[in-house]
Amino acid sequence: MIPKAPIADQTMIEFRDVQKWYGDYHALRGISAKIRAGEFFSLLGPSGCGKTTLLRTIAGFEGISDGVVLVDGKDMADVPANKRPTNMMFQSYAIFPHLTVAQNVGFGLRKQRLSKDEMARRVGEALEMVGLEGYGARAAHALSGGQRQRVALARALILKPKVLLLDEPLSALDKKMREQMQVELIKLQRQVGITFILVTHDQEEALVMSDRIAVMFDGEIAQLSDAETLYRRPKSRRVAEFIGTMNFLPATVIAESDDVVEVDAQGFGRMTLAADQVGADAGHGTSVGFRPETLTIIQDAPIAGGREVPAIIEEVVYYGDMTYYDVRIEGTERAARLSMRNTFNRAVLDRGAAVRIAWSPAALILFR
Amino acid sequence: MKGVAIFRAYALAYLLFLYAPIVLLPIFAFNNGTVIAFPLQGFTLRWFAQMWTEPGLGQAVRNSLIIAVSTAVLATMLGVFAARASTRYAFPAKGPLMGLIMLPLVLPEIIVAVSLLVVLLGIGVPLSILTIILGHVLMTTPFAIAILSSSFQSLDRSLEEAAYDLGETRLSAFRLVILPLVMPGIISSLLISFTLSLDEFIIAFFLGGTQVTLPVYIFAQFRFPASVPVIMALGTILVALSVLLLTIAEYFRRRGITRSGGTDTGGFL
Repeated sequence: MIPKAPIADQTMIEFRDVQKWYGDYHALRGISAKIRAGEFFSLLGPSGCGKTTLLRTIAGFEGISDGVVLVDGKDMADVPANKRPTNMMFQSYAIFPHLTVAQNVGFGLRKQRLSKDEMARRVGEALEMVGLEGYGARAAHALSGGQRQRVALARALILKPKVLLLDEPLSALDKKMREQMQVELIKLQRQVGITFILVTHDQEEALVMSDRIAVMFDGEIAQLSDAETLYRRPKSRRVAEFIGTMNFLPATVIAESDDVVEVDAQGFGRMTLAADQVGADAGHGTSVGFRPETLTIIQDAPIAGGREVPAIIEEVVYYGDMTYYDVRIEGTERAARLSMRNTFNRAVLDRGAAVRIAWSPAALILFR
Repeated sequence: MKGVAIFRAYALAYLLFLYAPIVLLPIFAFNNGTVIAFPLQGFTLRWFAQMWTEPGLGQAVRNSLIIAVSTAVLATMLGVFAARASTRYAFPAKGPLMGLIMLPLVLPEIIVAVSLLVVLLGIGVPLSILTIILGHVLMTTPFAIAILSSSFQSLDRSLEEAAYDLGETRLSAFRLVILPLVMPGIISSLLISFTLSLDEFIIAFFLGGTQVTLPVYIFAQFRFPASVPVIMALGTILVALSVLLLTIAEYFRRRGITRSGGTDTGGFL
């Protein structure tokens, strides 16, 4: 893992009750959040959730109906897009097809009336930063997808903005290229120290890249936290289902106090959960949820400290590095999906095999 | 197989019917005889030479050029505004409005010409080159919009935003990014409007008053059998010029689409 530079505890972007209406359509429903200086921040959500709209309110392409957007402490209400200390990398990259790579990258410097040498030096630096040394004279329309993306990045960073806005920048690349660019973007962000705000619908991308993530649904932020908290302690069933896979089993709350909840879950029986293991659920009734990799299938020796329940394997899906098992825990109605890594000492189990599931209340979350 | 042969014959007959008369133009333009009939009498260039001495022809050419250039510039300017508005912005009654603007494309030209004549005479505007230009702009603007819309449509909207984001004003973003990318469309629109205006007869005939354009002049000359070979020579030059201009226009339109990375969805050639 790339070591993370300490993030200054200084706010770079602040949204105060930001509202956006398109006619009758309420696109942003009171967004309030702070994004720290130097942070890699992601806006994650399904299409139509308002994440791109929110990004565009920072850039100044989208006005807001109510509320305040502050960049580096300054109210942006009367600041047009071309005067904001932000630059954007567009989903389509928006490379100017009639210009060369160098002219594209240096486009933002036009206003500064630099000498030819200074201009060439700055453009060269920017191209080197994105690994495109020597590409300056190429025609922009003759570049590959990955190269366009790098040109767009260099062009947006050459003005040394306080905030770089990235609108689904990797969605047009194939999987291998995307994974490579994710790492490069993280490294670059550490190197330049600029606040990056990424819009993505890809939960994996958000988890990999971000210091913190805001999950958005229907124009609202459903949860804002670091990647691990988001994955391990989703605040609602909707967030839990959007990020990765989660199994749900019906449960009932027996007793509760300020810091613990006593729960009786189907298949697992009674347990005590901490207050931070409780999330909201709209319309599904009470349930406990767990991720596929948090429980373990065992056949022989019990695992120290774990509790066990008997189960039957109903389906086996072999992925090479992993195997997914749909198991039915005794006393439950529906199969739950578990994943096991295919280590040297673990054989792939057969359909119909009777196994035991080692679990712990720490792996469970109560949704109600 | 028999079906294919029939279609092939049909296509050949069609092309023959369409182009044979045009091929006759240059043949008789170079024919050394005053009568338009076979057999040919031998090669001559005298009809081309005689064009220069025809009274009124010079004035007609001048009029036509003034009208065609003005029409091309005005129609293209209006076309840029309309194409930009229709591809970039949403506004009330956009569909009906664009439909109305494009209507002259399908309206019978004679109806447009007569209506314009009635209105212009009614409000007391004297007929002149200006009134012909007015009518021609009306007729060619839909063509300009059709060409320019395809240019504007193939533009990625974020290009303009990117320029704006990088510190340019709305105006300089338009000048630095949009204009160069739609320039091939603009050139193409200028050339096509020019050609359409140069060829146009009905409006020029109705709205010209005493001013004569080239097509009107040609029509008038047909009353004198002696000047028919000269008309053939003139026609040959006009056909060559039209083909040349349309080819250039189409070249620019295609190049524009390639440069902005779009796919070809229309065009005239």
